[in-house]
Amino acid sequence: MKRTISFTLNGDPVQVEIEPHLTLLQLLRDKLELTGTKEGCSMGECGACTVLLDGKTINSCIFPAMEIEGKSVTTIEGLADAQGSLHPIQKAFIDYGAIQCGFCTPGMVLSAKAFLDENPKPTEEEIRNGIAGNLCRCTGYIQIVQAIKAASGQ
Amino acid sequence: MDEFINIGKRIPKMDAEQKATGSAIYIHDLKIPGMLYGKILYSSHPHAKILSIDTSKAERLPGVKAVLTGYQIPPIKFGFYKDNVPLKANKVCSLRDEIAAVAAIDPEIAEEALDLVKVEYEILPAVFDPEEAMKEGAPLIHEEHVGGKEKKPTNVLNLPWRLISGDVEEARKNSVCVAEDRFKVTWVAHCCLGTSGCVAQFDQKNNLTMYSITQIPSLAQRDYTDALAVMGLKDKKVRVIKTTIAGGFGSKLDTYAFEYIAILLAHKTRKPVKFLFTREEEFFATSPRQPAIIDIAQGCTKDGRLTFRDIRMTLDNGAYTSWGATTPSVMMMPISSLYKVPNVRYVARCVYTNNTYSQAMRGYGTPQATFAIDSQIDILAEMAGIDPLDFRLRNANTPGEVTPQNFKINTCGLKECIDAVAQKLDWRQNRGRKDGRGVGMASMIHVGGGARVYKSDGCGTIIKIDDFGTVNVITGATDMGQGSDTVIGQIVAEELGVRVEDVVVTHTDTDICPWDVGAHASRTTFVAGNSAIGAAKKVKQQLLEVAAHSMGESPENLDIRDRTIFSKKDPEKKSPLGKILRAAHYAAGGSMVMAEHFYDPSNENLDREFKGNLSVTYAYGTHGVEVEVDKETGQVKILKYIAAHDVGRAINPMLLEGQVYGGATMGIGYALTEKLVLQNGRVVNPNFLDYKLLTAKDVPNIETLVIETNDPFGPFGAKGIGEPGSVPTAPAIANAIYDAVGVRIKDLPITPEKILAGLKQKGK
Repeated sequence: MKRTISFTLNGDPVQVEIEPHLTLLQLLRDKLELTGTKEGCSMGECGACTVLLDGKTINSCIFPAMEIEGKSVTTIEGLADAQGSLHPIQKAFIDYGAIQCGFCTPGMVLSAKAFLDENPKPTEEEIRNGIAGNLCRCTGYIQIVQAIKAASGQ
Repeated sequence: MDEFINIGKRIPKMDAEQKATGSAIYIHDLKIPGMLYGKILYSSHPHAKILSIDTSKAERLPGVKAVLTGYQIPPIKFGFYKDNVPLKANKVCSLRDEIAAVAAIDPEIAEEALDLVKVEYEILPAVFDPEEAMKEGAPLIHEEHVGGKEKKPTNVLNLPWRLISGDVEEARKNSVCVAEDRFKVTWVAHCCLGTSGCVAQFDQKNNLTMYSITQIPSLAQRDYTDALAVMGLKDKKVRVIKTTIAGGFGSKLDTYAFEYIAILLAHKTRKPVKFLFTREEEFFATSPRQPAIIDIAQGCTKDGRLTFRDIRMTLDNGAYTSWGATTPSVMMMPISSLYKVPNVRYVARCVYTNNTYSQAMRGYGTPQATFAIDSQIDILAEMAGIDPLDFRLRNANTPGEVTPQNFKINTCGLKECIDAVAQKLDWRQNRGRKDGRGVGMASMIHVGGGARVYKSDGCGTIIKIDDFGTVNVITGATDMGQGSDTVIGQIVAEELGVRVEDVVVTHTDTDICPWDVGAHASRTTFVAGNSAIGAAKKVKQQLLEVAAHSMGESPENLDIRDRTIFSKKDPEKKSPLGKILRAAHYAAGGSMVMAEHFYDPSNENLDREFKGNLSVTYAYGTHGVEVEVDKETGQVKILKYIAAHDVGRAINPMLLEGQVYGGATMGIGYALTEKLVLQNGRVVNPNFLDYKLLTAKDVPNIETLVIETNDPFGPFGAKGIGEPGSVPTAPAIANAIYDAVGVRIKDLPITPEKILAGLKQKGK
């Protein structure tokens, strides 16, 4: 039996009918066609599906869509501003070579945003801890760490 | 000295914005109207006869559009040894054997249908150890496979991996020190963050479009064309369109069963059929780096000059054969040509087992061979009483050398790399303290100027320029995240006198792009780069001729800088590129500014003895590491990591560093944590919790030292750098651990348990 849920998605109100077993990732990718959020393992282990729920990171691949009722979801599509200007973290990822294949990038950028919002001037160790739940096979994380440091104005 | 406007610059990747905003389209994101979803049923046993398959219930499930088994498909054979088929009939030889496949209107129904397929097996004895599999009476994986002079059934593949140069036996007699050891390496997975997938689609005329993540578009096109011929679709066209590729690392150098199954299902249903692997499938049903048992001996003179290198290697081939079985031929490169070694003997056997089968992975065998060689260099140096740094410097390769495999080394920065690493590690101070902290180093060689493994090592480029001065570069190369589009764009922009932002690079479609043998052997910057230079030179000549006409100058007096064509005699006499192009297009009897160039390097195929100048130039490098080993827990902490590489010239230092960082990190995983664990042929850790990929917390800061030797044949002097970063890591770490605590680990990964066992052994 389908249920209706209401939530805020990238700043806009959304009302959608879903099957109760749906994960948030399935809702985003399959129903709402926001394919910027990636599925790397579907078991909450790689972080490619990271989105923000009320500003905190969650693994959308194991998160029940029903539980976002009344909450605010931010995906990678919602990070640039209304004029399309990229978020400073996105800009830094581009400028510091933090992107290779790019599959981990949306999740990585959102993890970086969540903890920079909480801790605007992190140490390198804090940055590394902050993205420890996001796997990357291409970069060795080094340019990602550099990018996040730069985005924090350090 | 800043003569270039595009070369040597830290220019962001052309597709970085798309990827940063989530708008890049990967195979995971691709949907075509009417598309069906495919799923594969794998074997339940590593070795068994198939007695029956009943698909009737699955076929009746609403939403299922087709079910296929190995009994209903034409005899398509694929893989380097042509010993694999898309769906297996009669017998299974490994747990990843594909038995049946379903196409349904959604993935869940397809999955449900698999549960309804009933298979009856008769279990056969299995073998999982290559040394066991070579013994008389071992279970035969493929009964029809024969080998040896008597053409007897055997599990040993008929592959000629054997390299002999000089006289190893004589050299051994004359050596003052001889080290003999057995090293072992195991399976590791490519772990591309995006799983494998494809979409196969036929048009009304039975021409195939394959949406793919291949590293070898032109060769895949041929594989699929061959398959269509077997399906009775001879002379039909195949178009391969690449989506954004979510990681390659060698995993996509071959065509695989799931792709042929997608083609068969799409043909049967007349609908596009998509396959997308789960992470578990990605771990157990794609092909990892292969395991090897390496028996190695090396000798030296009293003053530490290498006298010989003698290697016997046994590789677990698994049940089928992909390019993994050819890695012994590439391992010959470090075996013959890493350090000066006058006498070399190498024999490798690939042996069928009931395990998963392997593929090449970044380094193509050289990380495995280099682990044995350069770990043992430290052992040998110690026997000779020589500091391993001095030992390496004494034996380091030099420009102008011809190695035992007949490689002609032109530029070679190995000594500079070794020196730079030693200096950064403060080697003389820090070596030999045995206080739980230690330093170690290891070196590498890789092809840096293409590799003629096929009859051609070529790549084509087409360049055209539009009405507004935008330069369209259509290349055969494959960008899989490493940034080849950007590097090719920089090269063309430099050659033409425009800026990289004026260049658009297309690499995605075999209907449009020129031919290329694929993204392997770290060849793209060198081969596709030289191809792009050739096309750019031709286009430039055309441009100058067109401009000469409209500007009333002779072409020789004109040049291009910053999107403007100007007179070298009178720089005030100039015209924007776009204006020249419009003049050409709109003129009566006008012309089109466009050129193509096919570049095939002057390297050689290896001869029957596996000798020949495989690459136009070679990339050397040295990694150095300082570790701290906790004697209570066996934990290894990397305190410092230095990666020095002879790169020829860094076209884009930022992307180059990215290749080295990523390669070295993969190497650190190979050295310390990564292992695909197989028990009786079953992958028991098919997830990221149990397969220990390094996280941001585990990776040390890696310092890249760029040594520029400016190779005369490289595009603007560049050599390939895609793989080198991953090659010498494991022996460098093993050597540092030995320096720290005196424990020599000879099998990967170097886990805390192994170090503790070694410490215990040493204490006795």
